[in-house]
Amino acid sequence: MHTVLTGETPAIFLQLLSPDGVRMPSAELDPWVVDVTGDDLAALYRDMVVVRRIDAEATALQRQGELGLWPPLLGQEAAQIGSARALRADDFVFSSYRENAVAWCRGVSPTDILRVWRGTAQSGWDPFDHGMATPSIIIGAQTLHATGWAMGARFDGADSVAVAYFGDGATSEGDVSEALVFAASFQAPVVFFCQNNHWAISEPVGLQAPAGIAGRAPGFGIPSLRIDGNDVLAVLAATRLALHRARTGGGPTFIEAVTYRMGPHTTADDPTRYRPAAELEEWAKRDPILRLRRLLDSLGRFTPELVAESQALADATAAELRAGCIGLPDPEPLTVLANVYATPHAGVDRQRAEYAAYLASFEPTGGKP
Amino acid sequence: MTIESLRSSPAPAVNGAPPVPLTETTTLTLAKAINAGLRRAMLDDPKVVLLGEDIGALGGVFRVTSDLLAEFGPNRVIDTPLAESAIIGTAVGLAYRGYRPVCEIQFDGFIFPGFDQIVSQVARFHYRTQGAVRMPITIRVPFGGGIGAAEHHSESPEAYFTHTSGLRVVAVSNPQDAYGLIRQAIASDDPVLYFEPKRRYHVAGPVSPQLDAPLESARVVAAGTDVTLLAYGALVTTASDAALAAADEGVSIEVIDLRSLSPVDYAVVEASVRKTGRLVVTHEAARSGGLGGEIIAEITERCFDYLEAAPVRVTGFDIPYPPAKLESHHLPDLDRMLDGVDRVLGRRR
Repeated sequence: MHTVLTGETPAIFLQLLSPDGVRMPSAELDPWVVDVTGDDLAALYRDMVVVRRIDAEATALQRQGELGLWPPLLGQEAAQIGSARALRADDFVFSSYRENAVAWCRGVSPTDILRVWRGTAQSGWDPFDHGMATPSIIIGAQTLHATGWAMGARFDGADSVAVAYFGDGATSEGDVSEALVFAASFQAPVVFFCQNNHWAISEPVGLQAPAGIAGRAPGFGIPSLRIDGNDVLAVLAATRLALHRARTGGGPTFIEAVTYRMGPHTTADDPTRYRPAAELEEWAKRDPILRLRRLLDSLGRFTPELVAESQALADATAAELRAGCIGLPDPEPLTVLANVYATPHAGVDRQRAEYAAYLASFEPTGGKP
Repeated sequence: MTIESLRSSPAPAVNGAPPVPLTETTTLTLAKAINAGLRRAMLDDPKVVLLGEDIGALGGVFRVTSDLLAEFGPNRVIDTPLAESAIIGTAVGLAYRGYRPVCEIQFDGFIFPGFDQIVSQVARFHYRTQGAVRMPITIRVPFGGGIGAAEHHSESPEAYFTHTSGLRVVAVSNPQDAYGLIRQAIASDDPVLYFEPKRRYHVAGPVSPQLDAPLESARVVAAGTDVTLLAYGALVTTASDAALAAADEGVSIEVIDLRSLSPVDYAVVEASVRKTGRLVVTHEAARSGGLGGEIIAEITERCFDYLEAAPVRVTGFDIPYPPAKLESHHLPDLDRMLDGVDRVLGRRR
């Protein structure tokens, strides 16, 4: 019932929207978006405009010295919004560090998204508040966490699903292969959502996966879908399909969402050193927001009201993010030794006491010299 | 404690599974004591699950998980594919969902494929999330040599983990501690590396169901006045035998079983060294960067004025683990411990 896809042939590259925003039929995906209304499409558009603005504002904050680093998701808005908006509150996301649009959809505040990048914390939010683990910086490690969580969901008899977000570079990591093995063996309700954005810093996807990515999963016994990741409707449909399989005992599904990292790897990167400008121009024509805008336009839904309200929300979010970021207090010095353990640990406790005494020796200033 | 109580008792015949639950002091082998502790923990808490290679029908290559699959079923005693990173990494996900996973790493030398998940993930989640995410994961590791095994089956990797903040590390030496500490490890809200002395798996001793030993406490095995001899895991028995031999020559050795390697119970060690003024630390692991050097540095900082002589390490060499026919040269034995005692007493250089 589910297509097992390999290779690069356009015929098995699933789309619901052409780059011109024309709705195209797909026997595979159509059933999963029949209920999507014009209002739903407008909401997806609004999300994408806002997260692009978050990206731009965070990049500006980094350039202004307010953030140490920022990993933009520019170009991947459809892949992240389309998938994250398919999830339920009781599902759980295990992501990499670039899924800031997913975090937005999971209700993480813009300021909390920035904490890590300002360096005030190693994680910006409580995972249990949002059903989203703190992003994994070690490439691919989170795919195992998602698989374990999903095994637990199956043991519990729950119909919640874990979603692992990772990139094309991660598919070379052993942990991803191990996660696919465990997910298949234990029929874990997990969705492997790979955003193939074509670049792992400077390394092109062909170096990671000369035979393609989507074709790997069937070898592990996991059905695989290769979709247009810049097509928010296709992403929504494929994710719903995969979630349904997982909820109904069908086990794991692998999705390769083909997209493009239009920005640098991070603000510390310079893609002009390795990426031809023509490639970027080509992908700009397939911009995910432009595509949805064209669809909305054809439906008579790209109204001045939608533009204005999207703009207003983006502006307000950017203002909140900027003020929140600059207002983040530096953590108290002694928190450097807090929460290493959940229960008292004599070694760390002693070092904390020693450091507290050291700091106190600088009274009345109360801090280091 | 009398000197007689130090003698390692000959293993009596111990057959069959331990009673469920353990209600009175019973003689069990060290392996059976861990099994009884796992069983007790699984009965007490339905969120305790076991993961590992061959731990189901086989009961593990050392039979530590014998009969648990039949009792608790495949969702709680999980035979995993052969992938250590995944054993640890899926345990992280299970912990995220409220489980208390107990991972078995089949042999010490097989832990390294799982090393990244242990040090980069398990050890850090609590700190990373400012206490929001706990990792109550126990990682059981048979460790140490002396069984004539092939490479990767006799190693002592504990210092990698004592060097990693966020992990607790224990090493047991006898059935009573094995039973008590496995339950304490599983009950802990922190991740615990639980090292099992594989060459002592079949040594029997009394096991009381009482949980008398806190997770981070050292134990004075035998009181003494001349030299403090610090050991853990399989070498506690050897150290006790060395103390007996030294007693015959009129040297009084205080033997301490460290039990907890992170944190170290320095209160017990320090009190002993203040009394004896002489410290010997022994472990099978390589000397450089080993736990002995760290303990000696800490004790030197804390009670330099009480030291009568430079502390001495009696350890494995700084070599990859040698072939079985050479391991007796590598592993500290009774004679090398006594040589260390002689050196700390200034009897030889």
